[in-house]
Amino acid sequence: MDVIDLDTSAEFTAMVDAYEQSGGDSSVLKMADVSSLVVSGNKILGANQTEGVVLDKKSTKSGVDIVLTIKKGYQIPNPIHLCFGVLPKEGLQQINVTMIAEEDASVELIAHCTFPNAEHVVHKMDGKIIIHKNASLIYNETHFHGIKGGVEVIPKVKIKIEEGGRYNTGFTLVSGRVGLLDLDYEVDAGKDTICELIAKVYGRGEDKILIKEKVLLNGENARSVIKSRVAISDDAVAEFTGVTEGHAPHARGHVDCVEVVQGNAIAKAVPIVMVDNPLAKVTHEAAIGSVDKKQVETLCARGLEENEAVDAIVKGMLK
Amino acid sequence: MEVEECEIHSVIGPNGAGKSTLAYLLMGIGGYEPQEGSVHFNGEDVTQFTITQRAKLGITLAWQEPARFEGLTVRDYLSIGAGSTGKVLENTLRHALEMVDLSPEKYLYREVSEALSGGERKRIEMASILTMKPKLAILDEPDSGIDVVSLKEVIALIQDLKKNGSSVLVITHRDEIAAASDKASLMCDGMIVKTGSPAEISDFFKKKCKPCDVKAYGSKGD
Repeated sequence: MDVIDLDTSAEFTAMVDAYEQSGGDSSVLKMADVSSLVVSGNKILGANQTEGVVLDKKSTKSGVDIVLTIKKGYQIPNPIHLCFGVLPKEGLQQINVTMIAEEDASVELIAHCTFPNAEHVVHKMDGKIIIHKNASLIYNETHFHGIKGGVEVIPKVKIKIEEGGRYNTGFTLVSGRVGLLDLDYEVDAGKDTICELIAKVYGRGEDKILIKEKVLLNGENARSVIKSRVAISDDAVAEFTGVTEGHAPHARGHVDCVEVVQGNAIAKAVPIVMVDNPLAKVTHEAAIGSVDKKQVETLCARGLEENEAVDAIVKGMLK
Repeated sequence: MEVEECEIHSVIGPNGAGKSTLAYLLMGIGGYEPQEGSVHFNGEDVTQFTITQRAKLGITLAWQEPARFEGLTVRDYLSIGAGSTGKVLENTLRHALEMVDLSPEKYLYREVSEALSGGERKRIEMASILTMKPKLAILDEPDSGIDVVSLKEVIALIQDLKKNGSSVLVITHRDEIAAASDKASLMCDGMIVKTGSPAEISDFFKKKCKPCDVKAYGSKGD
């Protein structure tokens, strides 16, 4: 264990509060046996690394550069917690991150990105994830953007999974406003790999949601699921593009998109499936529209008002 | 037709007779408004009431093919309309699942989604009716998708509803369920042709009623 730094300033306290607000459990940020990193703007406020975890970080002019490595053969027992945020009303945060799970390593990361006061905040993430042979990396990211919609979040991540590797990721932004989300993930999946990408977003007001997730099933027996659940209301717009290409024998992929539209919101789904190997198979399903009538009627028959029923159904879908 | 307080009243009839339509009409489902006539509950005209308004009066419906809810657990689903909280709610939910022969430990936190079989969904639908303790439970073919052995359980559940003070209107094709009713009605081509004892109605349906004769029987009042 190597406790690198722990800031006790008012800014750290404010970030911890914001972290709690976005659904995180702040006590883990102070635990010695939990790897963690807390970044406000371009300031590293807290960092901890445990055995098997190497966390290199450097503050830059507008954010941080991070290289996180899970050493060969290490099964990290506790999830690694990452907390990124911008507390002022305006600002730019550029996160450049490389995550490496070495051979036979296993790790889960829980990231919270929080911008509680944002009126004009830009949060960019350029990421590279490499999952070596038989390694497993789970990355779950939850966002809280405040209630004003003044945030632009632009995560671009390229992921490479080597033979026998596993990658699961979940992106959740369901509380408060979205602002602009422009998410772009691309996965290169090797032989005998498993990959699951899940995105859940609730847009309101004039939020704009762009989700593009692409999986290239390049290795034999590679498996993938891209799943998106988007609910939009008011004048929000959402466009989901799910691409899966099967390039190897016995590769299997599936794209599953559900978008629920209320008010004047506009949703678009573009599933693109492509196969150039006769033994590969890729499927897709997409459903866009209002909340299922029968579901609403069922809950109304139990005594809920129609708006309460819709709310319960949407919350369930995004849970 | 009339359903009395604490009465089990079954509605039988051929496919396409309008039995499920009657159930939806009584619940106030959109698109199933009556072209003529009215719906009364406890003396009050509820024809123009919404589904929610009817549910708040104590009317509820168990669908023949229950809806599925991604992300909603059995606990979430059963809690809606249960009308209690805390320990009482917890006990109510567990008891309801046990009543439909589902283990609370195994099912309470499962999603009411495609991960459940049709039979499991039907049992959960019945459990949700039990937790709601309605004044009138409308059950649309509660036996469909459930194996023959479980038919006895369905009948026992219907009788439990009655025992706990509910009236039950049950749409069914099963003689066994009709036989366990206090009263039965035969429905054909959108009309209640005859109401009487279950044995009488069942016998009439089998011996006399043919779909082509429906209107004739109805007009004769036979």
